[in-house]
Amino acid sequence: MTRISVTVDGAKYSDDVEPRMLLVQYLRERLGKTGTVVGCDTSNCGACTVHLGGRSVKSCNVLAVQADGQDVTTVEGLSQNGELHPMQKAFHECHALQCGYCTPGMIMQSIDLLNDNPKPSEAEIRDGLEGNLCRCTGYHNIVRAVQTASGQESKADALEGSAS
Amino acid sequence: MTVTEDRPAALEIGNKRRRKEDQRLITGRTKWTDNIQLTGMLHIAMVRSPFAHATITHIDTAEAAAAPNVVAVLTGEDVKDEQGSLPNAWAITPDQVTPNHPSIAVDRVAFAGEVVAVVIARTAAEARDAAELVDVDYEELPAALDLRESAEDKVLAHPDLGTNKSAFWQFDSEGAGTGGNVDAAIEKARADGIVIEREYRQQRLIPAFMEPRSVVVDPTGEQLTMWSATQNPHILRFLLAAVLGMSESKIRVIAPDVGGGFGGKLQVTPEEFITFMAARRLGKPVKYTETRSESLMAAHHGRDQWQKLTLAATKEGKVTGLKVDLIADLGAYVALVGGGVPVLGAFMFNSIYKFEAYQFNCTTVLTNKTWTDAYRGAGRPEATFAIERIMDELAHELGVDPLEVRERNWIKNTEFPFTTVCGMEYDSGNYEAATERAKEIFGYDALRAEQKQRRESNDPIQLGIGVSTFTEMCGLAPSRVLGSLNYGAGGWESASVRMLPTGKVEVVTGSSAHGQGHETAWSQIIADRLGVPFEDVEVLHGDTQVAAKGMDTYGSRSLVVGGEALVRAADKVIEKAKPIAAHLLEASVDDIEFKGGRFGVKGTDQGLAMAEIALATFAAHNLPDGIEPTLDSDATYDPVAFSFPHGTHLCAMEIDTETGGLKMRKYACVDDIGNIINPLIVAGQVHGGLVQGIAQALWEEAVHDDAGTLVSASFVDYLVPTAADTISFDIDHTTSPSTTNTLGTKGVGEAGTIASTPAVVNAVVDALRPFGVNDVRMPCTPERVYKAIHAQDGAESGGGATEGAATPHFDEADTADRTDGSSL
Repeated sequence: MTRISVTVDGAKYSDDVEPRMLLVQYLRERLGKTGTVVGCDTSNCGACTVHLGGRSVKSCNVLAVQADGQDVTTVEGLSQNGELHPMQKAFHECHALQCGYCTPGMIMQSIDLLNDNPKPSEAEIRDGLEGNLCRCTGYHNIVRAVQTASGQESKADALEGSAS
Repeated sequence: MTVTEDRPAALEIGNKRRRKEDQRLITGRTKWTDNIQLTGMLHIAMVRSPFAHATITHIDTAEAAAAPNVVAVLTGEDVKDEQGSLPNAWAITPDQVTPNHPSIAVDRVAFAGEVVAVVIARTAAEARDAAELVDVDYEELPAALDLRESAEDKVLAHPDLGTNKSAFWQFDSEGAGTGGNVDAAIEKARADGIVIEREYRQQRLIPAFMEPRSVVVDPTGEQLTMWSATQNPHILRFLLAAVLGMSESKIRVIAPDVGGGFGGKLQVTPEEFITFMAARRLGKPVKYTETRSESLMAAHHGRDQWQKLTLAATKEGKVTGLKVDLIADLGAYVALVGGGVPVLGAFMFNSIYKFEAYQFNCTTVLTNKTWTDAYRGAGRPEATFAIERIMDELAHELGVDPLEVRERNWIKNTEFPFTTVCGMEYDSGNYEAATERAKEIFGYDALRAEQKQRRESNDPIQLGIGVSTFTEMCGLAPSRVLGSLNYGAGGWESASVRMLPTGKVEVVTGSSAHGQGHETAWSQIIADRLGVPFEDVEVLHGDTQVAAKGMDTYGSRSLVVGGEALVRAADKVIEKAKPIAAHLLEASVDDIEFKGGRFGVKGTDQGLAMAEIALATFAAHNLPDGIEPTLDSDATYDPVAFSFPHGTHLCAMEIDTETGGLKMRKYACVDDIGNIINPLIVAGQVHGGLVQGIAQALWEEAVHDDAGTLVSASFVDYLVPTAADTISFDIDHTTSPSTTNTLGTKGVGEAGTIASTPAVVNAVVDALRPFGVNDVRMPCTPERVYKAIHAQDGAESGGGATEGAATPHFDEADTADRTDGSSL
């Protein structure tokens, strides 16, 4: 067992953990932070993406002991004073989620993407989300959500669902 | 007496309402099955067979049982008297061969990934550590891996059965009285028309929902409660009770938030049965959550068919007959509805066309692979792919535009309702309008001109344009039809509407959403029907204790069947409220009219809002004689017919002829799904469907090695497309309302997947026509495309056959390197 101290979504935690415990297991099983989820075992799907020290990481690919002394933000820590984060709002507004399983990771990755590149092109958004799999949306609306959150015009949806 | 404002009759239906479901999903306050933690909960790890086919000679569990915090180790031997056989709900013929399917293998394993032992421990990690210590001795048996060889019984998947053939199912238009004799049509076409013969291979796919399957069983208390990541809580409860011998009323099944299904979670699984048996045996809550590699290995697969088509047509390109010979790989066991998947496709091979004669011959075979069942589209993608590919061949033979040959054969918009050669009655449609609009948003003529220019200049980047017109059947299904097909259950759906004394509305649906947005769409329907605010409607689902009756969600049925049930339940509430309103308003019932959420007295300004009636019936102080207190209703709706959405999909692919690289240039589609409740949700369903269908065309394949081990058992090798692989789509709709349900809806969940696969492959082949190529086997990898361009004999790539050459033979061992980084 190893002693770690971590700040998660603004709260400080100290725990004894097995060295082999993954950060995502620590978040889910010890802290009950079940907003962050696991979708694969090869770090391909990105469902477990969180911010560690302000940068996005796949928390299935980080040991809990590696997070010692660091700040972790999960999807549960994004809202401030009851106000949704702009990226959360954009996902809702653009219907960028269906079953919602990939959504926490997708939102965390999208925020990191805009931190790096505040006005990305569609191609840059698609490349930036390459490590996050979604099976429901076909990515179309996820791309639009990131465009919207970046304050850029997203692909007009005039063609979509004109039930005429 | 309150006078309330009139509300317009239709405020919500057709609105792009943002989803109610989103709030919990974007903030991480979701209830996935794996989130559930119960006091004293134990965890399961599965020991799975590494062999596709083997005898179990010995299992030593002593070391595992002695490992830290292990509570129990179970083998097939331990549960053989209670586990029964996993259910098959659809024996497509009375003599279907259905192997016994134990949850835990007892003396033989029939596919790689089958459970042979189970370890239950205090934590998931301890269970997994101990599972490594279970020592299983196997004696390998020859494995049946090739579906066509299996049909010849070369190697038996189950030696005790004596055959791999599970069933032979035929539809013949002459025999059914729905059309002519197909052999006569083909013979006539050989003499004075055109006959085209082609073979197509539907590769094996994996649904690959994002949330791995998970199940928690709590046996404490009077009722046993199961939470499962399932599409089918009601069906699951019934089958648990039926197979495992427990009163149904003692079982409660909850499908909490479920992370996608696409058919892949409609199965009743060994993992659910095992967790149930373990919890019942130990008297403690037990959880099992699969890893992704377990999911890819053991959750059911989809597609996997070999299709041979013979198409007869006149010299003018009018199709006179179609004969289909099909072999479908069921895998090692007949899954819940797996045997019926090709049957669902059988009625769709004529698609939107007027064929005069049709015969469908299908053999379902057992192999030593993961079982197969419904995956997004379930039978209709396979049928649509084959017919749309061969219609392109006909167009090529005639030297006309692929859209032209379709127009010569499709049902005209003046001919609805139309009874097809399969005996299906298409209620409505307008293929002309959808096609016209699709051409417009795609820029068809301009792209054809560019294609011509690239061909003439021998540009190394060639352009291909793919067409796919389709229809499918949704609204599964009229129960009498299911009965006639030997299906084990009905196709009805239920709904309840409860007017609460606060004026809020509680809706219960028997369908079980897992991403489709029922909470939003159902609220929209009720808001309009009952004239209550959208926000005041709460939709409950996915819990057998809350929704006592249900047939769950699959096959694009929820809105078409469940939505109709909802409308009927709402109408019953209105009917019950009318005499109460009349009584309170001291008017005659005949003078009461309900409009905009208000019961008014004709010709006066007197009226009562729905909420006021709800409160009055709750208080029950002053009700007419014979009226029961509270305002609520139930309705169960059995559809009178299927619904038939249709559409035209167009795809432009750029092919680098020097490397075989593929790039999608544009994709546009126009779907006619009848009336639309929420255009936003519909667009999302179309986008997601498109990418799944495109993925079959270009990337995805479940690949096994020569020993029957799944090689593509992780997301490293099973290529689910990413955002970087795909493009944005241009979509639109035309509207021919369904005439068989009140809302006029048709279903949309599978449309994109069904239509897009042939659109893409037709585009790829179209680009390669100058090279004499008439087929590329799916997935169309750069390697296969390159080989097709450069093949002299067509055998290498399953494509590239030139005019008049023999039908290409597919080498089943063609497992080309899939991780080639191809990208759109």
